[in-house]
Amino acid sequence: MTLDVNVKALMKNAFRQSKVRGETASRVRVPGGVINAQSMARVVEIAEEFGNGTIFLTNRQGMEIPGIPLEKVPEVNERLQAIIDDSGVNQEERGKGYPAAGTRNVVGCPGSRLCPFGCYDTTALARRMDKAVFPNNRHVKIAFTGCSNDCAHVALNDFGIIGMTEPQYDPARCIGCEQCVNWCKRRSVGALSVVNGKIVRDEDLCIGCGVCVNYCPTRAWTRSPEHYFRLKIMGRTGKQNPRLAEDWLKWVDEDSIIKIAQNTYAYIDEYIDPGAPGGKEHIGYIVDRTGFDEFVKWALDGVELGPKCERASRVYWGGKRYDRSNELF
Amino acid sequence: MGFELSREGLDRVLTELGESYLLYAPVLKVGEGRFTDTDVVRYDYVSSVEQIELAHKSDYAFKELLTPLSETLFFFTENECKVADAEARKVIVFLRACDLHAVKRLDQMYLANGPQEDWFYRRVRDRVAFALIGCPESFDNCFCCSMDTNVAPEGWLFSLEQTDDGYRCVVADEQLTEVFAAQAVGEAAFEPAHVSANDTVVRVPESVPVAIYQHSMWDEYTARCIKCGRCTISCPTCTCYTMQDVFYTDNGCVGERRRVGASCMIDGYTNVAGGGQYRRTACERIRFKVLHKVHDFRKRFGYDMCVGCGRCDDICPEYISFAACVNKLADAVDALAAQEVSADE
Ligand code: HEM
Ligand code: SF4
Ligand code: SF4
Ligand code: SF4
Ligand code: SF4
Ligand code: SF4
Repeated sequence: MTLDVNVKALMKNAFRQSKVRGETASRVRVPGGVINAQSMARVVEIAEEFGNGTIFLTNRQGMEIPGIPLEKVPEVNERLQAIIDDSGVNQEERGKGYPAAGTRNVVGCPGSRLCPFGCYDTTALARRMDKAVFPNNRHVKIAFTGCSNDCAHVALNDFGIIGMTEPQYDPARCIGCEQCVNWCKRRSVGALSVVNGKIVRDEDLCIGCGVCVNYCPTRAWTRSPEHYFRLKIMGRTGKQNPRLAEDWLKWVDEDSIIKIAQNTYAYIDEYIDPGAPGGKEHIGYIVDRTGFDEFVKWALDGVELGPKCERASRVYWGGKRYDRSNELF
Repeated sequence: MGFELSREGLDRVLTELGESYLLYAPVLKVGEGRFTDTDVVRYDYVSSVEQIELAHKSDYAFKELLTPLSETLFFFTENECKVADAEARKVIVFLRACDLHAVKRLDQMYLANGPQEDWFYRRVRDRVAFALIGCPESFDNCFCCSMDTNVAPEGWLFSLEQTDDGYRCVVADEQLTEVFAAQAVGEAAFEPAHVSANDTVVRVPESVPVAIYQHSMWDEYTARCIKCGRCTISCPTCTCYTMQDVFYTDNGCVGERRRVGASCMIDGYTNVAGGGQYRRTACERIRFKVLHKVHDFRKRFGYDMCVGCGRCDDICPEYISFAACVNKLADAVDALAAQEVSADE
């Protein structure tokens, strides 16, 4: 059988190029890492009918269905429709599968739907972000994690969003049992101390993890009605200079984060290396090239940061420069 | 006499009562729960019936009015002392049958345990009257029927419960009959609702042999319990407190004495001079708490302390059930008694 396949178009359609000639793998997008059981069953059906009966769970909470014959791609796309509808992923044409693959699946830890430490509904916000930035061919990685434990490993993403709460203290409900003090020390950063039988929070040290609220037996500590976030930027894995994302904004709000991510696409369009392989370049390398201030100018365009938000005037990243040295020290 | 009222009518009653009383009732505190975007029901002052949470049991008990979590008792300077001012207005506390039974336990402990009344408790207690919230159905974990507290004792002014299209109130205090009658849309003879069975049934042992203190039934709790004290802080019958003498930092000669809640479950409770600590492990603490509730208190006062509200079971983050523990205790007591009988034979 003659195979004349536009591999670029195939990949943009969220099918992988397989080393097995004549086969591909379908990449199912699962924003926030939550898929309903029905759609999960549909993935299973596709794997059994079109694939080789296995499903690969990706690092970014997506799924890949390998072993699909290339000529079955249109049929698989039709079968993906119900899954796409359920997950609310933006589409361009019904029945034609995913319109892009560049902007990666938006990751989320279980967050406040399940986890006692989650400071917000990570799934809902991951989906909101997916709606705001997808489809797009730019290589952008965004991840949401419920608290500073960073179970979603957001520090490896271009945008890593960590939930925060601003603990509210009611001295009239405090019995001075010091459990908050001890747990903040043991599980977090030790931002609390006792002064005259009541609790004082070091506001600069506090990372807004909410551990004190969790452990206070009286509700003297409660959560702020506002959900706040820490935004870490430009983390990456890879060959040249893998590095952890670093803090840029603290106590930032949800709307600003969405806008900043959207703004970044225009910045990429403007400054991406025109010769970048496959039109993909980690944003961090672009920022290294243009300078941080230029990125900030684009990212904050039209963004009004709230009164509580703290912003680093400059961000410094670490990580080994393999393009300069491969020595073991 | 029982009255049927619309929401507006009941609000007018509450407004009128509000002229002579503060109203203290269970309130749904949105977002103030332990976890993100969860709520908690605890007591606060209200002015309309809409603010009163009738559909759920309160997570924390009404006792926070009578025995505040943190209360300044007096201020001191070099040679003088001044008692902290107190609210002067009377209060109507909205509570359930088991809670009203709990008031008796609090009174017992603060007013009739030894030769002296607790002056601060007496001061607030004299301002407090009660309104009874009827219980048409048992909530999760309630075992009031096992503790004989499902029917309210006397001592409430009026009762309150929600119906499909309004509210029902039984007025026990004749002085208030007029106030309710003026706003009522109907009158009927009925009693406040109470439950006559709970899903949770607890068997309290009649007496407890000394051997139970060394029994292995307690051991599992050392690994399970995190000694957080929620079970006692939320309990309507726990009365323990400790003192804080605070010297204001700018002037070390001036300060205040505070009374704050304490719990036999929380670290520090049995610490004594010299570093001694009488109940170090959680299993020793749970043993002490459980026996206090269903044995020791009865030995002293003739009736059990626990009123079966089930709040301790509702709130425990480690799913430790007080009710289950008392039942284990009853089984263990039976088993010990059976052993003794067979040893005698
Ligand atoms: C044979 C000698 C002693 C006996 C039998 C004894 C016994 C006790 C007992 C039963 C308590 C109450 C513990 C509780 O409520 O949990 C207590 C508390 C206390 N004792 Fe002693 N005691 C003795 C000697 C002393 C001495 C010599 C001192 C001081 C130098 C002292 C200082 C205290 C203090 C400060 C407390 C209060 C601790 C607290 O409630 O936080 N005791 N003692
Ligand atoms: S929010 Fe976290 S860091 Fe801040 S005081 Fe509470 S436990 Fe400590
Ligand atoms: S845990 Fe709560 S009650 Fe205990 S000291 Fe901290 S704020 Fe006060
Ligand atoms: S011990 Fe538990 S069930 Fe008994 S009165 Fe206290 S909170 Fe209620
Ligand atoms: S000793 Fe424990 S169980 Fe008894 S009243 Fe005090 S805190 Fe409650
Ligand atoms: S029994 Fe439960 S609520 Fe009570 S101290 Fe232990 S863990 Fe906390």
